[in-house]
Amino acid sequence: MQRRDFLKAAAGAGVLAAPRLAGAAGARVLRFVPQANFANLDPVWGTQYVVRNASLLVWDTLYGLDSGLVPRPQMCEGHERSDDGLRWDFRLRAGLRFHDGEPVRARDVVASLDRWMARDAMGQVLKSRLDALEALDDGRFRFRLRAPFPKLLLALAKPMPNLAAIMPERVAATDPFKQIGEYIGSGPMVFRRDEWVPGSRVVFARFDGYVPRPEPSDWLAGGKRMLFDRIEWQIIPDPGTAAAALQNGEVDWWETPIPDLVPLLRQSPGVRVDIADPLGNVGLLRFNQLYPPFNDVRARQAVAMVMNQADEMHAVVGSDDALWRAMPSVFTPGTPLYTEAGGEILKGPRDYTAAKARLAAAGYNGEKVVMLVATDLAITKGQSDVTADILTRLGMNVDYVATDWGTVGARRAKQDPPAKGGWNIFHTWLAGLDCALPATNIALRANGPKAWFGWPNSEEIQGLITRWYDAPDAGAEHEVAAALNRAALDFLPYVPTGFFLGYQAWRADLTGIVKAPFPVFWGVGRG
Amino acid sequence: MLGYIVRRVLVTIPVMGVVALFVFSLLYLAPGDPAAIIAGDQASPEQIALIRASLGLDQPFLVRFGGWAWRIAHGDLGTSIFTNLPVAHMIAQRIEPTLSLMLLTLVVSLLIAVPLGVLAAARQGTAVDRAVMLFAVLGFSTPVFVIGYLLAYVFALRLDWFPVQGYMPLAGGFWPFLRALILPAATLGGIYIALIARITRASMLEVLSQDYIRTARAKGLGQRGVLFVHALKNAAVPIVTVVGLGVALLIGGAVVTESVFAIPGLGRLTVDAILRRDYPVIQGVVLLFSFAYVVINLLVDLLYTLFDPRIRY
Repeated sequence: MQRRDFLKAAAGAGVLAAPRLAGAAGARVLRFVPQANFANLDPVWGTQYVVRNASLLVWDTLYGLDSGLVPRPQMCEGHERSDDGLRWDFRLRAGLRFHDGEPVRARDVVASLDRWMARDAMGQVLKSRLDALEALDDGRFRFRLRAPFPKLLLALAKPMPNLAAIMPERVAATDPFKQIGEYIGSGPMVFRRDEWVPGSRVVFARFDGYVPRPEPSDWLAGGKRMLFDRIEWQIIPDPGTAAAALQNGEVDWWETPIPDLVPLLRQSPGVRVDIADPLGNVGLLRFNQLYPPFNDVRARQAVAMVMNQADEMHAVVGSDDALWRAMPSVFTPGTPLYTEAGGEILKGPRDYTAAKARLAAAGYNGEKVVMLVATDLAITKGQSDVTADILTRLGMNVDYVATDWGTVGARRAKQDPPAKGGWNIFHTWLAGLDCALPATNIALRANGPKAWFGWPNSEEIQGLITRWYDAPDAGAEHEVAAALNRAALDFLPYVPTGFFLGYQAWRADLTGIVKAPFPVFWGVGRG
Repeated sequence: MLGYIVRRVLVTIPVMGVVALFVFSLLYLAPGDPAAIIAGDQASPEQIALIRASLGLDQPFLVRFGGWAWRIAHGDLGTSIFTNLPVAHMIAQRIEPTLSLMLLTLVVSLLIAVPLGVLAAARQGTAVDRAVMLFAVLGFSTPVFVIGYLLAYVFALRLDWFPVQGYMPLAGGFWPFLRALILPAATLGGIYIALIARITRASMLEVLSQDYIRTARAKGLGQRGVLFVHALKNAAVPIVTVVGLGVALLIGGAVVTESVFAIPGLGRLTVDAILRRDYPVIQGVVLLFSFAYVVINLLVDLLYTLFDPRIRY
């Protein structure tokens, strides 16, 4: 081939590519960098937040939580509850359709909720009080309960995994412990499976058959009006690359910029930065309560007495004090149930002398304390480093096991003794939204073998959680929350290490970005 | 020659069998549990156990290995635990970016490194030689991700010549394809150029001291003819060996380069699968890489005969 022929061929290839590029430029496309890799799309089987966020585009829910944490009708037109609270009748909105064109029927709802109740914690409580869930006709379904369940609407509306997403009956018939094979919902966007490159690109196309509610959008409540034809998720694992891509206009919206890069993004023309989620995150230190020393409450209290939330949070968010606050509470600051009742153990000067005495009273005698540390996650690594120092100063013999999150995830599930492959403590964090309610804060549950890793056992805490489920109004809920906070910070299923916020960043020509615990794509437009 | 090729191909089968057993055993022994990752934070130990059972991860080693080996023998690499997609499909999605990146890197590296090595050898001890060796040392010792960030900052963010990240398939046009790969290839090529340039120089110096080179010069052959016709061909065997061995280096470098430039290739697929403990994907990709390496070694052995007619199999 001659040089000129080669250049002609190359130029021709460029010309041939032009229509494709023009087509892409003509479409209204939102390019989004999600918080994490996206490996599956089953709102019941997959519990990662990134799966939940994608699921909210594809699947709709019967009710949706608004920014005041109040459940509002979404797929439902409304409901009627019997005076004794044992019968709930729901009506579906007219005109709801799945992405395959089939209408949404009550029997789809029944099958979907059956699958969801097998996996979700709130769903399991609901199931334990359920006599029957039945489709009355295509547009109506009924819960018949053995005992009242005042939090029914909240359970159907909550965006915390697992999501009560409505899917076609044939799909919902899938074993809850296996993945679904068809990704068909009735949400505002269609998942383009043919364009999916796991770990790299996820494409959603606008569902023309979606009829949004007439009310203004408010988180998961109200009308979900899509202003883009396509939403393309680009998985960019490297934060530096994601920042450069946003600065260069190659992507439009980055869900979770790391604090280190925020000053750089703030200085970039054409980029906007703001807090992503007003409910933020809650750091925590979890104990294994099956083995010494933390099977003794005095050992757990000794650690809480010297826990310095400021140090923990500085290790997570750096020097930006606007990004964190202390929280002597198990409830998320700024949410309705937040209380500091009984939070004295986490307040005031840290008293190592008293803490050492408490630890000695617990019978600690220099045994190894196995601390699992996921060094691939900056949030867990930062907290762990601070805590390792605290424990050492307290006189504990810390075995700092540096590994990755995948290993921590497996090892923390083991109930073996710490010296034989088990563990004593690990750090993690929960979404602030999850810690807003006793039902969704997994670390709070204290039902022994059925509890979250660490297996705390406290009848008092469990009783108070049940009382919250049964609380008929806000006043009763606040009363239970105060008692629960006192009980939790005395018994210590975990130690809260602080409340922290994260940023989101987007191109300045985008409009309609809101602060929420998940990316709210409806209402986002350009120009 | 044909008999040799057939023998080598046949030998590949037990080699791959050993690799398969090794990979499977390693993953079996490695810490981590995909069921715990799938179940997420909300799960109880019972739910994790149910998921583990549904994935067949509670089966004994021999049962699991036997089932996997049987499927591999029938050309089925299995299904990803997380995406529920066939591993072969996932590899097919990712192979083009990685192959494109490696081939471009290989071609560009050879075009730059071999002349540089020859030049350094021809000008041994001069400033040119030292400059080439300095470049080689820098290329070899600078981490790939540092080179990547620097190139992206200068040529993408500041000059806006190339995109910061992403991949454009060849079907999308040659220039968009090339434009997206230039920075990643330059990043990955640094270490490869350094390696080949150093070996080329060393090999050329050895050949240039041979009697037949002196004879060639004595009979009046020009410098270019001596270097490229007589010396380079005889110095080629070690160079080809290093080029072949360096493919492993390229595979390792591709993992980092694909992450820095967000290229959806096999390197990133491997890393993602390892972090999630997606065993079928890890096993499939490692088998593929091993097979590729075996094939490259065979090609290198065959190339020896091209450059040195004395070598016969």
